[in-house]
Amino acid sequence: VHRTGELYGHYQTLEQQREASSLGMWVFLITEMLFFGGIFLTYTVNRQAYPVAFGAGSRTLDLALGGFNTAVLLASSFTMAMAVWASQAGKKKLIPLFLTLTLILGGIFLGVKVIEYSQKFEHHLVPGRSFHMPEDVSAAALAQDPDLQTHAQLFFSLYFGMTGLHALHMIVGAGLLIWLLRGSVRGRFTPDYSTPVELVGLYWHFVDIVWIYLFPLLYLIDRHKSG
Amino acid sequence: VSEHIVSPRIYLGIILTLMVLTGATVWAATLELGPLNIVVALAIATCKATLVILYFMHARYSPRRTQLVIIAGIFWLAILIFMTMADYLTRSWQHM
Repeated sequence: VHRTGELYGHYQTLEQQREASSLGMWVFLITEMLFFGGIFLTYTVNRQAYPVAFGAGSRTLDLALGGFNTAVLLASSFTMAMAVWASQAGKKKLIPLFLTLTLILGGIFLGVKVIEYSQKFEHHLVPGRSFHMPEDVSAAALAQDPDLQTHAQLFFSLYFGMTGLHALHMIVGAGLLIWLLRGSVRGRFTPDYSTPVELVGLYWHFVDIVWIYLFPLLYLIDRHKSG
Repeated sequence: VSEHIVSPRIYLGIILTLMVLTGATVWAATLELGPLNIVVALAIATCKATLVILYFMHARYSPRRTQLVIIAGIFWLAILIFMTMADYLTRSWQHM
């Protein structure tokens, strides 16, 4: 009874019930926004304090992989939006198709992230004992910031922390997509009951927005400077 | 039981715009704009985020109550960023 979109006793109409669900999801997403906001702020304050090291660290990131991943994640938001449309419009057979596409695109994003992380391990760019910025990148920068090796580790701590938390949200999202997929194959979602698809959609788009800001802040804004 | 259904045509227009904006921000990052590089990058990111919120997340078609909650949330985030930066950027006695 509780999972078929029937009216709960404390609501007057299905529309009111649906709006309450979506409002609740937005309130949760705002707590997420403030959570990520605090981390973005930490990044901004430290970048302000150590611009040379953060610039040098940023330029070691792979722009091609980062740009590709941005496109992949945006495309996954589109297929997610289409899954919501399919469920609202009653195109039952299209729902699992669009959910699967979203899941595949999310998987590609995480796969590319694995490649990027492993490159950072190979290049000794993971904070810790074996951390070492390459000489060619840091030669000019070392003159400006003698403690560059320490400050660059701060950049990479934030890089791994921010992209790692983002990836964790994607993994949770992938779990939710698999759950939706199971329901959609069984024909659970109809125009009268598309709330789970809509709410997971809101979550997925939010995670996309986090990346929309991570990409320029980590990969782009120091690209134009040299050394 | 009626709710606004956003048509696939609108979603398609939005995703194409998002892709163009992504290309634009990568291109802008190669230009030497001094302090404006970060401003341009964040302005484009905010355009993209706004499109995602308004259309993919249906904020444009949501009830006023929901819109108010979204705006209040963003305002709260703005307070967090503005007040903290107002502090850190004015510590002239520190060598930052």
